[in-house]
Amino acid sequence: MAAPKQSAKEPVKFIGGHRACAGCGFPILLKQMFSSTKDPVVIVSATGCLEVTSTIFPFSAWKVPFMHNAFENSAATCSGVEGAYRSLKKQGKENQNIKFVAIGGDGGTYDIGLQSLSGAMERRHDMLYITYNNEAYMNTGIQRSSATIMGAHTTTSPAGKVVHGKTQNSKNLTEILVAHEIPYVAQTTVAFWQDATSKFSKAFSIEGPKFINALSPCVPGWGYHMSQTVKVSKMAVETNLWPLYEVENGVYKINYKPKERMGIEEYLKLQARFAHLLKPENKEIVENIQKFIDWRWEQLLKKEEMTNKK
Amino acid sequence: MEKTIVARTGNEAMAEAMRQINPDVCAAYPITPATEIMQIFSSFVNDGLVKTNLITVESEHSAISACMGSAASGARTMTATSSQGLALMHEILYIASALRLPIVLAEVNRALSGPINIHCDHSDTMGERDAGWIQIYAENSQEAYDLLINAVRIAEHRDVSLPIMVSTDGFIISHEMERLEMYPDSEIQKFIGEYKPNYNLLNIDNPITVGSLVLTDYYLEHKRVQHEAMKNAMKVIPEIFAEFKKVFGRQYDFVENYKCDDADYILICLGSTAGTSKVAVEELRQEGIKAGLLKIRVFRPFPAEEIVKYISKAKAIAILDRSESLSTQAGPVATEVKAALYDAGKIIPMQSYVYGLGGREIYVDQIKDVYRKLKNTKISEQVKYLGVKE
Repeated sequence: MAAPKQSAKEPVKFIGGHRACAGCGFPILLKQMFSSTKDPVVIVSATGCLEVTSTIFPFSAWKVPFMHNAFENSAATCSGVEGAYRSLKKQGKENQNIKFVAIGGDGGTYDIGLQSLSGAMERRHDMLYITYNNEAYMNTGIQRSSATIMGAHTTTSPAGKVVHGKTQNSKNLTEILVAHEIPYVAQTTVAFWQDATSKFSKAFSIEGPKFINALSPCVPGWGYHMSQTVKVSKMAVETNLWPLYEVENGVYKINYKPKERMGIEEYLKLQARFAHLLKPENKEIVENIQKFIDWRWEQLLKKEEMTNKK
Repeated sequence: MEKTIVARTGNEAMAEAMRQINPDVCAAYPITPATEIMQIFSSFVNDGLVKTNLITVESEHSAISACMGSAASGARTMTATSSQGLALMHEILYIASALRLPIVLAEVNRALSGPINIHCDHSDTMGERDAGWIQIYAENSQEAYDLLINAVRIAEHRDVSLPIMVSTDGFIISHEMERLEMYPDSEIQKFIGEYKPNYNLLNIDNPITVGSLVLTDYYLEHKRVQHEAMKNAMKVIPEIFAEFKKVFGRQYDFVENYKCDDADYILICLGSTAGTSKVAVEELRQEGIKAGLLKIRVFRPFPAEEIVKYISKAKAIAILDRSESLSTQAGPVATEVKAALYDAGKIIPMQSYVYGLGGREIYVDQIKDVYRKLKNTKISEQVKYLGVKE
């Protein structure tokens, strides 16, 4: 784990000049990830904002090896990279100690890349999969994904006269990964520097498949001011919408329990994607969101209790 | 050189070639009729006969994706598939060729759904003919074995650096036991040499970005370079074939010229049907009909000049396509041969046929009938269906 001051002194591996929006979450996440290991890192990325903003030919923002293949196959492609490394190492043709990281947005992870991710985790490749979850298909212009939360306005779940944003709750991908019974699964978000870096550090120290689901706020997709990324990220945790927790070898640990959870309305108010929900006639939707958050939190508490019984 | 004579099916022959090639990585997914190749190869892996890291992925899409990751990381990489599997790879096949990754794919030709069918036709590989892969069609087990070995050299040649697929006809060759001459493992290793990648993702000291976003300013240039690589393959393929002949004694070329030199009537086809057609040619010649056969072995790059060279003196030509383009015109082989003749300034009466779809058998008598019709009846501009119930 590296403190922010220390990490500021380290050589930058994702350099300035990339074209991510001001206030975007994933450049922060990348900094947290890179500052969490001294070993060389190879990145395999899905198609998405991260890839298109950092590799516009003939430029590249990457000071580490980086490969992009397609939208739905970063985990499968990384399987091949790690598979080649393993083969060459066994033959004595490779002697570096490399960490492999596959990255995708929520579209490339929760949806179109789910099969590829599941396969890679089941095969126990030594890789860390990170999803920078901004809760919609931001790169193609803010379409709903299975990570989009209920009520959110997206361009394919618009706040209309009859239907008021997305009508389904988000898929609990973190729990799907827990069900893969891999050594390490965690949720984090950009605002919690210590939490994120300690999770990346832990993931890098473990051999085998690891998964980190990182909530990554999106300025144009969520509709907040670019200066508010950290605040929005923090509030997702304070409201219990995005609990910080980790599951190590099946044992749950909630890393932060708000003394008093904040009502979801405070969070919704910050973002244009929820503006329609604040109208009195949509009160019920907000109540349902709140109920769902509380239910999920209760489930999580039970899982923590159950897996920590002596 | 010492040769071992064994009885092997097409799939077994391809698996044996893979064992002797001994790739660093294989990523594959089962599909009839190619399943057996990876099944046999899995035994080679688990019996310690190869050094290969076998990645048993959860789909063909992931198979080719993993192959790309592997090949980009400096590992010699192979896979095998068929039909729907190849179609599922479609999206990634184009990326593999654009990133110039010399992946070698053992393909077994099977009809594409629908309706679902597991038997031979060429619709799967013909569907990928514009994917930027080199395509070689094997007539029998021996060719499948030899050409898969050649494929490694062709794909990895510095001036080519393209992925390659070698295919056999599903069941007809993949599951038929034939005589196979195998060469010693050490000779194969000597022939293919060590894989020296053009670039290596695992080079930490000199990090590279692979798979960039290329917009309007450079995309066209990328494709132009691929075009050049295919043209280079036209030069490199005969060089590798010549070297193979020198070491192993067997002659290969873009096409196989079977009695075309003095032929009045020439039939053009791919794969196992060439074997059947050779019998027809022999029988017709005894009847006094000067029949010839031109088998296209390398379909990508398309050997237009080679083809024209052998057929330009014929009185009439029949082309047998084992796939449908459903354009209402001829199949892919016929349209490309026609284009080649046009460029050469030749107009030769040509009858195009679609045959053998979904594994429909083709017999010597039917092929003889094709030749006789070339001689005795008017050529139709319409594509004809051979052996269809109408």
